[in-house]
Amino acid sequence: MKRLIAGMLGGLLVMGGAAAQTDKKPASKPAAKPAAQAVQAAPAAEVKDAATLEFEKFRAEMEDSNPAELFEMKGEEQWKAKRGPKNVSLAESCDLGKGVGQVAGAYVIHPRYYADANAVMDLERRVVWCMVEKQGFKFDDIAKKPFADSNSTPDITNLVTYVATHSKNMKIAVPLDDPKVRDAFETGKAMAAYRAGPYDFSCNTCHSGDGKRIRMQQLPNISTPEGAIKGVQGWPGYRMTGGVMLTHQWRMTDCFRQQRFPQPKYASDAIANLLTYMIGTANGLEYKGPGIKR
Amino acid sequence: MTKKIILLAAMTAPFMIAAQPANAEGDYSAKAIEVFKKDFQPRGQASIDRLAEDGLQAICNRTGNNPSPQSAKQLEADQMSSIKHPADGKLMGDWKEGEKLAQSGRGFTWTDDPGLPVGGNCYNCHQISPKETSYGTIGPSLYQFGKLRGTSEEIQKYTYNKIFNAKSYNACSEMPRFGHVGALKPEQIKHLVALLLDPESPVNK
Repeated sequence: MKRLIAGMLGGLLVMGGAAAQTDKKPASKPAAKPAAQAVQAAPAAEVKDAATLEFEKFRAEMEDSNPAELFEMKGEEQWKAKRGPKNVSLAESCDLGKGVGQVAGAYVIHPRYYADANAVMDLERRVVWCMVEKQGFKFDDIAKKPFADSNSTPDITNLVTYVATHSKNMKIAVPLDDPKVRDAFETGKAMAAYRAGPYDFSCNTCHSGDGKRIRMQQLPNISTPEGAIKGVQGWPGYRMTGGVMLTHQWRMTDCFRQQRFPQPKYASDAIANLLTYMIGTANGLEYKGPGIKR
Repeated sequence: MTKKIILLAAMTAPFMIAAQPANAEGDYSAKAIEVFKKDFQPRGQASIDRLAEDGLQAICNRTGNNPSPQSAKQLEADQMSSIKHPADGKLMGDWKEGEKLAQSGRGFTWTDDPGLPVGGNCYNCHQISPKETSYGTIGPSLYQFGKLRGTSEEIQKYTYNKIFNAKSYNACSEMPRFGHVGALKPEQIKHLVALLLDPESPVNK
């Protein structure tokens, strides 16, 4: 399967290159325009470039054989197996808000508040909590290498992918009427607006307007439902660059790297708050399950 | 010299808030800062002190990037006063060097080697030369920047100052303060001025 993907990706890159060529035309034209108009002459930001359209077509074609399935299968095994120092399975001990062991529809009701942990938790944080509290794994061991690289994929990524698969085509339903969840949402919203660091960036610098890009990368506007769902969709996702399976927590962490901030701690309130803001803003919209990312 | 007011006040905001009338938004911005302090850790060159606001960031954060006109004017003048100009007084360098800088987006992240030079990050957000079709749209298009404005001393100074410290013209501009934070040296900013203004630059062809 890997070879098939590589081949298709190769084709895609060629198409992307061709698209870049045709993109040149509008840019070289506006020479004769009057000053004010020419300054505005950047191509309409809402229009998707040809490479993006090609990738979306490719993604649609790949849906039946998404590499995420391999991680999902591993995750299912790990969910059901007796593991950890306490030798219990998550299937017989872990409550994801739908009852112990239930995974159907669990991904789309997170983040949510758990009284047993006294915290608002995104799905990944909740599974980590179960691994620590129910199975006896050490948090620091999990947090040491929480995300996949080209060498290895941590168990938590498989588990999150497994759970997320069982919310495919379900509507996002973050319980924002719960005061603790609402509080996390508002705190996350304030965090998204906070500018600091050497470049004065906040989340909102890149993610509060429609149709913005960094280079050719489209940026979801997380302040609107239509934009926020784009930031939710496809996570956890199989990333073609490097061929790794990555979670929404990873995406948030890498955003802070690019924001030139220090690193958010894994499975922390900080990430849970921001995910509550983003996913909660997308409430009512359909989640399509684990995806494929460029 | 700009006073870098590291707002310790912001870090102790919960105490201040308690003494003030209830304000939901204020509560959450104070809470957001608490969470940043509690849940972030240094990595590579990205030290924890990056979370502290300087005086300008603090005012932009507390006014939704919309300070009062008087406050904005004062901030802009303050930022302007710390701009350093090149020793030889010339503001236009080599546009080809400027293009190289504009292409590079590296620097300041926790994966960047702090010993290596920092890029201008320009194409991340702006259309510039028509030859580069992979450009961002967070900032306005700079295509034909010089052709539309000429190369007068005034325009050169404006362009140089804007790159050195964008906040000297617009207090809460989204654009980083490249010279102010030492990301780009005056000599490098000259090259970027040339990329935008030189009639020979592809930007103005």
